[in-house]
Amino acid sequence: MIPGFITQNSPALLIMVPLIAAFLCPFIGKISAAARNIWAVGAMALTSAIAFLLAFDVYSAGTRVYVFGASAINLAVPLDSGGIPIRIIFTVDAMSALMQIIAATVGFAVILYSVSSERSHSGIESYYTLYLLMIAGVMGMVSTGDLFNFFVFLEILSISSAALIAYRIDKGTAVEAALKYFVLSTIGAMVILIAIGIYYGEYNALNIAVIASRMQFTLLDQIALVLVMAALAMKCGSVPMHFWTPDAYSMAPASITAMLVVASQASLYGLFRVLFTLYNVTMNAATVGWIIITLGVLSMVIGVTMAIPQKDVKRLMAYHAVSQTGYMLLGVGVGLAVLGNQSLMDAFGYMAMEGGIFHIVNHAMYKGLLFLTAGAIFLRIGTRNLNKMGGLGHNMKYTMIFFIIGALAIAGIPPFNGFASKLMIYESVFAFNPILSIIAMVVSILTLASFVKVFHSIFMGPKLPEYENVKEAPAPMLIGMAILACIVIAFGLFPQQVVDTLIVPAAHALVNQGAYISAVLGGA
Amino acid sequence: MDIFTTLSTGSGYWNPLAWLGGFLVITVIVWLIWSRGEKSYKKGTAQTAPYLSGNAEPAKGDVHIRAGNLYWGYTEALKGYYSRIVPIHTGILNDYVMWYLGVTALLIIVVVIFA
Repeated sequence: MIPGFITQNSPALLIMVPLIAAFLCPFIGKISAAARNIWAVGAMALTSAIAFLLAFDVYSAGTRVYVFGASAINLAVPLDSGGIPIRIIFTVDAMSALMQIIAATVGFAVILYSVSSERSHSGIESYYTLYLLMIAGVMGMVSTGDLFNFFVFLEILSISSAALIAYRIDKGTAVEAALKYFVLSTIGAMVILIAIGIYYGEYNALNIAVIASRMQFTLLDQIALVLVMAALAMKCGSVPMHFWTPDAYSMAPASITAMLVVASQASLYGLFRVLFTLYNVTMNAATVGWIIITLGVLSMVIGVTMAIPQKDVKRLMAYHAVSQTGYMLLGVGVGLAVLGNQSLMDAFGYMAMEGGIFHIVNHAMYKGLLFLTAGAIFLRIGTRNLNKMGGLGHNMKYTMIFFIIGALAIAGIPPFNGFASKLMIYESVFAFNPILSIIAMVVSILTLASFVKVFHSIFMGPKLPEYENVKEAPAPMLIGMAILACIVIAFGLFPQQVVDTLIVPAAHALVNQGAYISAVLGGA
Repeated sequence: MDIFTTLSTGSGYWNPLAWLGGFLVITVIVWLIWSRGEKSYKKGTAQTAPYLSGNAEPAKGDVHIRAGNLYWGYTEALKGYYSRIVPIHTGILNDYVMWYLGVTALLIIVVVIFA
């Protein structure tokens, strides 16, 4: 049985465990490398277990409100506070829980992988410390019900991510990529802080539920909306603000790149949270919806077309990550564009949103898997240059199988998970605007073409003399890849179960602004 | 929960297990055809060596078609597009910031006008 205090305090533990583990990691590292590895993997396993526990609780009992320092953990509005939630509040609804599940799953697979992939590098204590801080940042971003804390967790995530992008140094190129990411992230975060200042000045509150309940959509609100929207769209790698993505994704260690995908999705979550929960129908949803759709289409098309001629395998995959983000923006953007019209929402709006949200989950799994396979290849042959690769399928059979699974999933080939979410997007978006759907299908075909090239370049052909003695990736790396590959297959074979259990509640939690507000403010 | 539930997409349906069943049937048929093929094939003999009009077989590294030689026609056909889109990706941080600020400014105009 799980002790009651763990279940009750799971939102706080979700942040506390990785934070404490992160800061103790350098000290544990002084004992031995094995103790440090066990500590880091154990902390991540515990964080994942708490995330699943909290998610189970949220999916079965509804939104969890956790108030730090209150006499009762769900006392958001004390009687003597004048109707304002004065403490730090975490509001975990189905959408937040879904994002926690994603971060917990990918985070655990990645840390297992890291045990082998980073073994030969120095400064591993720092690596694990920063990695666990990254996990705390993501978990905080998707859990908090407070805009200022969202900014704080965004900063924790950005700083730790930038340090990890620069981790390999790589004659300065990794540091340059990290600098670009860091400067853009800092500017974006500062802009978000200005927007938060606008909300605070107008509504005298930082809590999302309070601001949402008072939202007037004044000129200042419109400006604040754009400031937050542009910053988070840039952070999630949306075209034409995607330029940092190929630089950062390609230069970070592969394990970190897989987590950067999740970090980008946390920003995407923030974007959707602001649009649906903070503004909802008070804004001109059709206009903002079309903005999101336009960003989505640009991301899909430019992402995939830029991917095809790339020679660096991770840079190529990074452009595909941009392209896949476009699908999520397209699906959720269509839902946003018809938000005020209940009949259109019922006809295709919810389905488009569910497709977009399902694609977030699927993308985290298969893109994480693909980056991990790229890391395994780099570990064994020491290059990311596709022109120098070939014939590795002879020696790296398991890695090749995992790559095939990831590649078929991202290209939307049945029966893998990417197909299910893309099908939902195609059909629902077709009802909204057939041209958008056709563009999405063409992008999928180009994605397939691109990954056929990558597969041929890396794995096919005769065994090359320079790679005659290449070995398969170490077992922990294969286990990390296997976890994600199994999820890709399982979600592809049983998509309706995933949609019914995880996705539909998340989409409805996002759309239902009133439920979010009443969960926090109750009858206050 | 029924694991055989079909995914409903609003206007269509998708059942991966039915698809998998069909895939397995086709695989069995393909295997049956393959198993009735030529039995005298011997791996590692002259039967499996490539015949290049009597010329010697090139080194293994030269036979493999590298990534740079793939989709040459595609990139050539879309040269006009790529000649515009690739130079935008300068790799210069100042440009990244300018794009970000430019998009923000454009979005403010759009959102405020259509508010």
